[in-house]
Amino acid sequence: MIRYIFKRFLMMILTIWIIATLTFVLMNAIPGSPFNEERTSNEAVQENLERHFNLDEPPIVQYFAYLKSIVTFDFGPSIKKPNDTVNDLLARGFPISAELGIISIVVALFSGIALGVIAALRHNGFIDYLAMTIAVLGISIPNFVLATLLIQQLAVNTGIFPVATWQSPMHMILPTLALATGPMAIIARLTRSSMLEVLTQDYIKMARAKGLSPTKVVIKHALKNALMPVVTILGTLLAGILTGTFVIEKIFAIPGMGRYFVESINQRDYPVIMGTTVFYSAFLVFALFLVDIAYGILDPRIKLHKEERG
Amino acid sequence: MEPSTDKLNEQTVERKKEIPTDWFRPLQQNNEGENTVVRPSLSYWKDAWIRLRSNYIAMAGLIFLILLGFMAIFGPYLTPYSVSDQVLADQNQPPSSTYWFGTDNLGRDVFTRTWYGARISLFVGIMAALIDFAIGVLYGGISGYKGGRTDNVMMRVVEVLYGLPYLLVVILLLVVLGPSLSTIILALTITGWVGMARIVRGQVLQIKNFEFVQASKSFGAKTSRIIRKNLLPNTMGPIIVQMTLTVPTAIFAEAFLSFLGLGIQSPFASWGVMANDALTTILSGHWWRLFFPAFFISATMFAFNVLGDGLQDALDPKLRR
Repeated sequence: MIRYIFKRFLMMILTIWIIATLTFVLMNAIPGSPFNEERTSNEAVQENLERHFNLDEPPIVQYFAYLKSIVTFDFGPSIKKPNDTVNDLLARGFPISAELGIISIVVALFSGIALGVIAALRHNGFIDYLAMTIAVLGISIPNFVLATLLIQQLAVNTGIFPVATWQSPMHMILPTLALATGPMAIIARLTRSSMLEVLTQDYIKMARAKGLSPTKVVIKHALKNALMPVVTILGTLLAGILTGTFVIEKIFAIPGMGRYFVESINQRDYPVIMGTTVFYSAFLVFALFLVDIAYGILDPRIKLHKEERG
Repeated sequence: MEPSTDKLNEQTVERKKEIPTDWFRPLQQNNEGENTVVRPSLSYWKDAWIRLRSNYIAMAGLIFLILLGFMAIFGPYLTPYSVSDQVLADQNQPPSSTYWFGTDNLGRDVFTRTWYGARISLFVGIMAALIDFAIGVLYGGISGYKGGRTDNVMMRVVEVLYGLPYLLVVILLLVVLGPSLSTIILALTITGWVGMARIVRGQVLQIKNFEFVQASKSFGAKTSRIIRKNLLPNTMGPIIVQMTLTVPTAIFAEAFLSFLGLGIQSPFASWGVMANDALTTILSGHWWRLFFPAFFISATMFAFNVLGDGLQDALDPKLRR
């Protein structure tokens, strides 16, 4: 187990390093400096600016300075927002994005699992078809489409919910709904199919035969094993939620990290793009690492030398 | 115990002796019907098609996609307007007999733009699936077939790529390469083939040890022939399913990127661009500007998803009746 964790840990560091390097190479591949569009600056100003952002050094020196900035978690100043450093933006945006993301994944997990279990228990019944129709619809409707539809129907037309921003619990309902529906649908389908498989197994018959109540059989015996596939795709789902926050925050005007990221893309604010990309990736890769470890602990069949990831 | 078994044996021997010889008459020779085949023999693909045909939801998806493909080709020619034609006198017109799906804030015909968007979406989706297929089959095939150290190294690379956050890499690439149709496809496929490679490798690893492959090998078939004739046809099922499910992922990614302003650029239309444009005017109640692109993205993704599910069931030999 220790070896497994260690191997995964090394993979994580390697992945983060590759992303960081890729980001650096790509950003350096862009022709011209970030200040080219500002025509007013004369040569001296330009030079000063470049010195300020360390752009006058050779790329290899810049690269190591950049790696150092990642290790020390100091991503430097933003180019387009002179009063903010990238760290400021992260510190301001991340708590809000994290809140949105965590609420969404919790909602997605609970409602998805519940929907999947109910569908499996009523296999080929009306509820099953209803749940699976909801699930396929949830997978098919992109989150930004769902978000705009929700605003149009529930906020603008009927006025039940506020249109945008992130202040009270009322404000949180629509963004969470828009973000959680897709992952919920995936979880529901997965839970249903693995639940159906588990329910035919002998140990479930055994549990029923010895007179356990149906709820106990389902929750204690079946669900525990049926949820393994859900744990496997948790990392992918997390990535989906994370990228989903970009558009959801844009649509609902939520001042989170995703909105800063999208803004920095549109303004070509390279330090912010680099900082947030590396931060996002490190966060995701770390989450994947945790999922892998959790999977290794939960599934006793994954032992030391197992090469494949589930 | 021994004496008793002996006794038993004696008894059976005695019984055998009792069997009259006329029980062993030869049966009446009857060759009639021996060579008639009760069920017509079906190839794998015919069989799969029959199973797919009985799946009404998947067939509905297939028919929708065929119609969509047809409209993507001919739809823009059904109106007198082009994608970028602006009729400034007719801004934000609701659907009518002149503008079947209404117009947008620049007086562009939503009907024309919707089918033009279908072109972009289908093109991006299908190209991404084909490129993933080409790279994934080659990479996964070699990795699975060679096995051993080659496989180990090749799979390490895949594992690292698989760990990269897909959309973040795509966004990063598009920021650098600049948004256009070809860069979107490039960005989508640069990490997208990994899933296909994993599936092909898994299949090949499994199949390459089957007897018919060993037989082929012992007859002296070359590696390329074994891969082409033995391995690929037998991995085609999962590959096709994966391709059908790649298309909606790519369509979603394109719409997502266009929505962020990193996709197709104005005046050209894609569904993501149209939805993004409509977002700014959502308060004004011009529902048709959002409805048509949103409906067709969702319907297309729905169709590909149910078709993929249907194919998965149809192409699985275990489900054959």
